[in-house]
Parts: sequence; structure tokens; C-alpha cells
Amino acid sequence: MTCSIRLVSSMERYTFAILVRNQSGVLNRVTSMFRRRQFNISSLTVSETESADLSRITVLFDGDEQAKQQLKSQLYKLPDIKVVSELDREQTVNCELLLIKLANSSAAARNDILDAAGAFEARVMDYARDAIILQLVGESRHIDNFIDLMRDYEILEICRTGVVSLQRGSAVMRNAKRL
Amino acid sequence: MLLQGSEIVVRTLMEQGVDLVYGFPGGTVVDIYDALYQHQNDIRHVLTAHEQGATHAADGYARATGKVGVCIATSGPGATNLVTGIATAFLDSVPMVVITGNVALDNIGTDAFQEIDITGITLPITKHNYFVSDVNKLAPAIREAFVLACSGRPGPVLVDVTKNAQEDKTEWEQMPPAASEKTTQRYLREELVGAAEAINTSVRPYVYFGGGAISCGAQELIIELADAIDAPIGCSLMGISGVPTGHPRFLGMEGMHGRLASTLAMRESDCLIALGTRFNDRATGNRSNFKPGATIVHIDVDVSELSKNTSDSFALAGDLKVALQELLPLIRKRARTNWSEYVAGLRAQEAGVLDRREGLTPRNALLALGEHLDAATCVVADVGQHQMWAAQTLRFERPRTFVTSGGLGTMGFGLGAAIGAAMGTGRRSVLVIGDGGFYMCLNELATAVAERLPIVVLLMNNASLGMVRQWQRLFYGGRCNQTSLAGRKTDFVMLARAFGADGARVESLDDLREALDVAFRAQGPFLIDCAIDADELVLPMMPPGGTLDDVFYKVGE
Repeated sequence: MTCSIRLVSSMERYTFAILVRNQSGVLNRVTSMFRRRQFNISSLTVSETESADLSRITVLFDGDEQAKQQLKSQLYKLPDIKVVSELDREQTVNCELLLIKLANSSAAARNDILDAAGAFEARVMDYARDAIILQLVGESRHIDNFIDLMRDYEILEICRTGVVSLQRGSAVMRNAKRL
Repeated sequence: MLLQGSEIVVRTLMEQGVDLVYGFPGGTVVDIYDALYQHQNDIRHVLTAHEQGATHAADGYARATGKVGVCIATSGPGATNLVTGIATAFLDSVPMVVITGNVALDNIGTDAFQEIDITGITLPITKHNYFVSDVNKLAPAIREAFVLACSGRPGPVLVDVTKNAQEDKTEWEQMPPAASEKTTQRYLREELVGAAEAINTSVRPYVYFGGGAISCGAQELIIELADAIDAPIGCSLMGISGVPTGHPRFLGMEGMHGRLASTLAMRESDCLIALGTRFNDRATGNRSNFKPGATIVHIDVDVSELSKNTSDSFALAGDLKVALQELLPLIRKRARTNWSEYVAGLRAQEAGVLDRREGLTPRNALLALGEHLDAATCVVADVGQHQMWAAQTLRFERPRTFVTSGGLGTMGFGLGAAIGAAMGTGRRSVLVIGDGGFYMCLNELATAVAERLPIVVLLMNNASLGMVRQWQRLFYGGRCNQTSLAGRKTDFVMLARAFGADGARVESLDDLREALDVAFRAQGPFLIDCAIDADELVLPMMPPGGTLDDVFYKVGE
């Protein structure tokens, strides 16, 4: 989800994991704040967590240091937000899922597609006379590369989940200190 | 005890210490109004002419008293009419709880009659809001709303209650009124020491405070700090009345129409100590060129305000009073004679350029008004030229005696707010307003008359939308498009009388003095229609997008 494009000095990509009260409308509150304050969000996923009371939002955000601090402190102003954690890419497992539907047009194309799928460890989820659906799980760049490769063939549809992230080791977010 | 939802709303308001609400009834709040009828000896309900007036009244009440203002409106148009008032309170961090009704849960999402998604609409202009469709969640939501409204940086909270939640029953027990959550000081000892060191080593420190200083009651500590470091004090528009205008260290308001001495002192300072203020663009001008090279020590309760508009050298998040109490022992007391002398020179310079014309000038009109103000009188200013003249000219003794819409700049805020201020303080309030803004809220004269409120309305009538006209004259080649109201033939005195109030038209300073004598003895609202020349300007002025270097003090010659 891209809210806006603005040129900011020393732009970097940051990953935030946000624990929120599991209530209707919370996602709306978070995204509304992002939109209103023109934060540049490139990926956002929401999921259930180990606790029924909490949902987890993973956000990829592009900005400079000051914008990052703003994002964090604006998030903490929302009463539904429990913990905001900036995840260090090196210390984090990041993962995304891709579903891609390709035309099953000729034997040659089919063979190439399935070879590439094998090399990328993508799984065939559906195989029809006229189309193939592949699933690929991995880091975003891995998925980008695969999509790039598939552009040589006829891509019918693409759907990506956005990134989810967990810190390596036994670190647990809900125990993190606020700000 | 087993109670109906509407009864829970009213009893929970009572439990929270509410004895006055503003509102306007309608289909989805009839149940609440029925419960209010049962409790009319405990909670006074004031019927306004329009829901917007109810929000401004609740807002004015909250600003004048420091308590949480409460208003009630029905769903649909009732709720949407609140929006400007809620946004006004939000931008100026005023604690307010707003209760709206909504259609029954069965009908939600069907575009039922007078159904509107008011929680969606008010999402960006409330601290938080609640959609309550389950009677069991009603009392907790209202209690949380009060805690949120007055905790940390105060602000408005809305509770939208569906019809079924008002009609269903559940168990309710009285709880103690909500206390505001304790603010945590989010800075390290080193940061505090660093800030103190920067202040101690500064040559030309300047203390600058905003509305946050008033909401947490830090005025004495601010003066103590300024005394210790021998610094002048200035404030933002929202800070006015925070420090007595006559205090020897106080130089007045900063910003687009800030006073000469305070503007120049801020420009020359090498260490700006900013307390409970957020460096709004009207205060700083062009943000990227605001005080380059100077040390900025910034203390605010809202972390997100630190380094948002400025590059703060030291940013301390937390309760301002506590932060100052912790900072003061680290401050080395010393005189800064050169700096004090320089500031004294600025004062003399300011005295030299003061508008000393005779006759019914804006300044003379306000000085005449000022003669009638005692330390406890709350003055409300609407939005426009008159607001800036009032902010520059009137003198205040006590915090919360100057009320104005600073952040949102809401024309039409004034009369509602003056009603709330008069009721909150239990004494006469004063409204300074322009003719443009008065047209936007004059319907609330009906409320002021019904409540027999002694409100003095000084209508600074220049038959134009003066502030925009000033911009058109100065920056738009004199093309004064749509800012003349001269075609309107309204007789404001007759209008006031038609509402059941009284008034007088004045065209000279002597007339005005006479009228003020009458107005300040009147039992009810009294309107003074005061003729002001449409060519009067608000000066000094920092041009839009300019910096402290671009401020001009006169036009022409």
C-alpha cells in the first residue's frame, strides 16, 4: 500500500512490527493515520498472533530518521496500539508469499516455467489446461526475482501477501518496552 | 443495579463529575434525553441553537475551567454538525467528551434514516473514539473516554452509542471518577543534564511557552526558570494568559503577528527553551529557516511533537511541570546583563512604534475594553484581525482567561465558547469578534438569552473579512475579492434586540466607553457594534512562508 511518494533525504527502508488490540476498526485507525500524515508505506500485513487479544501489523516504511521517529510516536498516540518494534533486518526472519497465475500456452513455455519453479522451489498449486498457479515463499527480493523471470511468459495474475517478520532467537515482542 | 443504557450514559457522566452538558436532541438520543429528564437536578442540560454551538460551548467551558467539556448530539446531521467543533478542540488540545446517538445495530450499514459513520468521520480529529452497540461496553467506554480526554496531551474523545445499546439493560455500579493517567517522563538523566548545560552556557536564552504550559499549570515554574537565567519570556497564541501580561520578563506573543520585542528577542536568542508548544507554522514561519544554528531545548508531553517541526537539540518528553522541577536544580543562577539590556532596548523600540493614533482605532477600542476587565474575567476571541489585535493588546493576569481557536482558526467559535466560559466561571465573559465570524454563530445569541448569560460582545465591525482582505491588499495586488460585507445591511443592534438581548452602535471612542459602561452592568448579553475602518491592518506581520527576518512593522513610507 503506497500512501504517497515524497523525496526525503537519506531514505531508508524500515520494518516495523506493531501489536494492536484485536478489535474491529483498528486497522482503519492505523492506515488512516499513515495516510493523513503522508507516511510512505510499501507493505502492510495484518495477522492473528499467539494471543487472542492482539493482532500483529507488519509495516515496511520508507523514510528518513526523523520520519521514522514520527511514525513511531504517532503510532503510540493511538490507544489501541500496544507495542511498536523496529525490526533489525539482520536479526529478523522476513518472509512473503506469492501466488502467480501463468498461461499454460505451449509445451515449451510450460517446461521453462516448471524448470524455473523447480530452481526457485516454488510449488504448483493448480494445474489446468490453460493456466498454472505457482506458490513461492521467501524473502521479497527472491520473489521479485522470480516475478522478473516470469515476465518472459504470459502472467495472468499476481497476488502477494506483503512481508511478515519475526525476530531471531527467543526475543518476544509483547515484552518489549514502550518507546 | 440493572439499568437501561440511556440511564447508564447519564449516571456514568454524573459519576465522572459532570454537572453541565450542552446538546441538541434528536431521534437516536431521545432515550438519553429521557434519562436526562429524570436527572435534571443533577445534570444541567443547555440547549444550543445548533450542534456546532454545543461543541464550542463545551470547548469554551473546558478551556476556562480546565475540566472536561461534554456535549451530546443525535445521529446523522446532528453528529456531522459537531465536526468543526471537535476539530477545533483537537487542534488546541482541549479535553472534551462527545456523546452521539446512532441507529440501532440492526440498521447500521443500511444507510438508515439519519445514520452516519461518525466514528469514521471523526477518526482523524479525536484522540480516540468508540462505537458502542453493546450495552455492556457502554460504561467502560465512557469511563475510558474521560481518562483519555484529560490524560497526557488532552483532547476530544467521541462515544457513539447505538439506539439498541441505549435501550438494552445491564448491571451498572458506580465507580470513582476517572483520574488522568500519570505521564511518564521519557528522557534519560543525561538528556536532562545536557539540556541544563546548554541553558547554563547560553548567552542569550529565551523562554517560549505554549498552551501546554496552561493545561499543566506550569506558569510559576516557567517564571522561576526565566528568573534564574535572566531570560525574557514569550509565548505562542495559545500561551496567552499563561504568564501575567504585565510581568517584567514577559514580551508577549510570537508568530505571524507577534509583538516586536518578542519577535526580535526570539530571533537573536542563542538558546530557545520551548515549553509545551509545538512550533506551529504560524508561530515559526518557514520551518526550514527557523532559528538555524540555535540550540533548541524542547519539552512537551507529546513525544510526536518533539523534532516534528524543528530540529530540537534537546527533546524531553514528559509532564512539563515535572520536567521543570527536575531541570531547575541543575540550572546555574546568573545575571545576563548584556542580554537584559538588549531586551530592554527592544522594549523601548517597541514602545516607539506603538500605534498611538487617537480615535476609534482597534487598539484604542481594546484598551477601552481592557479598563473593564478584572483578573478573573475570561475573554474569548473569535478568529481574524480582531483576534490578533486582542492577543497583542489586552492584558491578562491569570491562566485560562484568554480563550481562542488557535490551531484550527475556527471563525464562529466565539459565541459558543463565550457561553461555555461564562457558565464555567459563573461570571460575565467577554467576546471579541469580527462581523464575518459573528455571522457564522449569531444564532447562539438565542442560547445566551435563554440562559440569561451576561456576555459582553464587542463586535469589531469593519464590514469586511479583514484578515483575508489584509492578505489581498498586501500580497494579492489589492484585489479584494469576496471580502467586502458592505452590501449586507444588517442592523446588529436590532438583531440583538430581536433575539431578546440588547446592544448599542458606537462610532467614536466616547460612544464606546459609554456603551461599555452599560454592557458591563447588563444582566444578559449585550452587543456593542463597534465601527472599525476596513483599511486597518494587523501589524507586525511575518509574511506567509517568511522567517523572523522578514517581519515588517509598518506598511508604506
